[in-house]
Amino acid sequence: MDFIRAASLDDALAIKAQRPDITPIAGGTDLMVGINFDHTRPSGLLDLTSVPELAEWSESSGVIRLGAGVPYARIISELGEHLPGLAMAARTVASPQIRNRGTVGGNLATASPSGDAHPALLACGAEVELASVRGTRRMPVAEFFTSVKRNAAEPDELVTAVHLARATGPQQFAKVGTRNAMVISVCAFSVALHPERAEVGTGFGSAAPTPRRAADAEEFLSGELTSRGMWDDPRPLPDTVITRFGELVAAAAAPIDDVRGTASYRRHALGVLARRTAGWTWDEYLTGRQTCA
Amino acid sequence: MRLNLTVNGKLYETDEVWEGESLLHTLRERLGLPGSKNACEQGECGSCTVYLDDVPVCSCMVAAGQAEGCSVRTVEGLADGERLDTVQQSFLDAGAVQCGFCTPGLLVQAHDLIERNPEPTDAEIRESLAGNLCRCTGYEKIMDAVRLAAQRKAVS
Repeated sequence: MDFIRAASLDDALAIKAQRPDITPIAGGTDLMVGINFDHTRPSGLLDLTSVPELAEWSESSGVIRLGAGVPYARIISELGEHLPGLAMAARTVASPQIRNRGTVGGNLATASPSGDAHPALLACGAEVELASVRGTRRMPVAEFFTSVKRNAAEPDELVTAVHLARATGPQQFAKVGTRNAMVISVCAFSVALHPERAEVGTGFGSAAPTPRRAADAEEFLSGELTSRGMWDDPRPLPDTVITRFGELVAAAAAPIDDVRGTASYRRHALGVLARRTAGWTWDEYLTGRQTCA
Repeated sequence: MRLNLTVNGKLYETDEVWEGESLLHTLRERLGLPGSKNACEQGECGSCTVYLDDVPVCSCMVAAGQAEGCSVRTVEGLADGERLDTVQQSFLDAGAVQCGFCTPGLLVQAHDLIERNPEPTDAEIRESLAGNLCRCTGYEKIMDAVRLAAQRKAVS
């Protein structure tokens, strides 16, 4: 094994092009567990914590470019207003020490179905930025997850950023676990209202081989809000609408039984999370008051 | 590989560091600083918490090479010579130390909390220490110790 510290993004991309087998390391909160326990033995490590370009975020025309190496702690302290759904998800990640280190870029590269950032990224319609010496490309996060812990990055590419529109409406994130910290989610759900285009975004985790959107539920809720004229004239959301939204989210799941929960529990709990978070976002749209799990 | 880093204000240059080893391993096994404890090796317990460039992290999840040129502060670096830091003295006085294995990580994490937030609420203390496990389960005394340390720092 060798260890290479990239001095710049160009340096990192050149090394990844020459050594597509090398494993990038940022916060190390997933990778180092595998190395410590001898579950994984990479041929080499490419340290990205020394790349300044990855550790910054910026805003341009209402779109946030979040560098892949910005730790969760900074998303919470600096981006809670711009990206409330992602900041809520970040608050549920592990512990303070791990939030000081772990990154959204690492979450994406690992591509676990239980990655906490993923539901919020899906609900926001985020795009993943991938770079190599061949150039830079962007893809919708929904297309990035290909199967369990697999993603669409080519061997010479690095995840360099995510692009997310600054929130224009309420967003929520909730997850089920055995305690309030250090929890790999049993299931997780995020919802975002996009009033400027009369759309609803969703994302869920730990309830299918990859993080997914619940497209039928999105279409149903946005259709109800539009046909009832409620985007412009918000009134309390009928229980029947919230119930149906929860059913459609649960129907989009394809969970399995494992040590953290059964498939049927996950499907049920996901529907509950969907109903609750939809209710919270709509209450905030009505009253301007934010609720948090 | 060779590694250069500053620990508790002292510059170390150490050779033959394995490329995949954790900062925790380097501190304990190569630099003779066994204060940071090795328990879970997966970030679950917080016993290995150290400051890395002034930010508390689990040193078991930092690859040693990532600390090249960095400044590390371990539990050994909290005291001023023979004089314990306020957080350390408060843990002793409040009876927050039982077997002591989780204590170094809790001290560093509590030290950081009070630096950033001199008057933490109970909820903020619990949130801050959520990644530090005490299997003697002496959490109430640990809460007392952090409250005491915050009070003492406020008047000092």
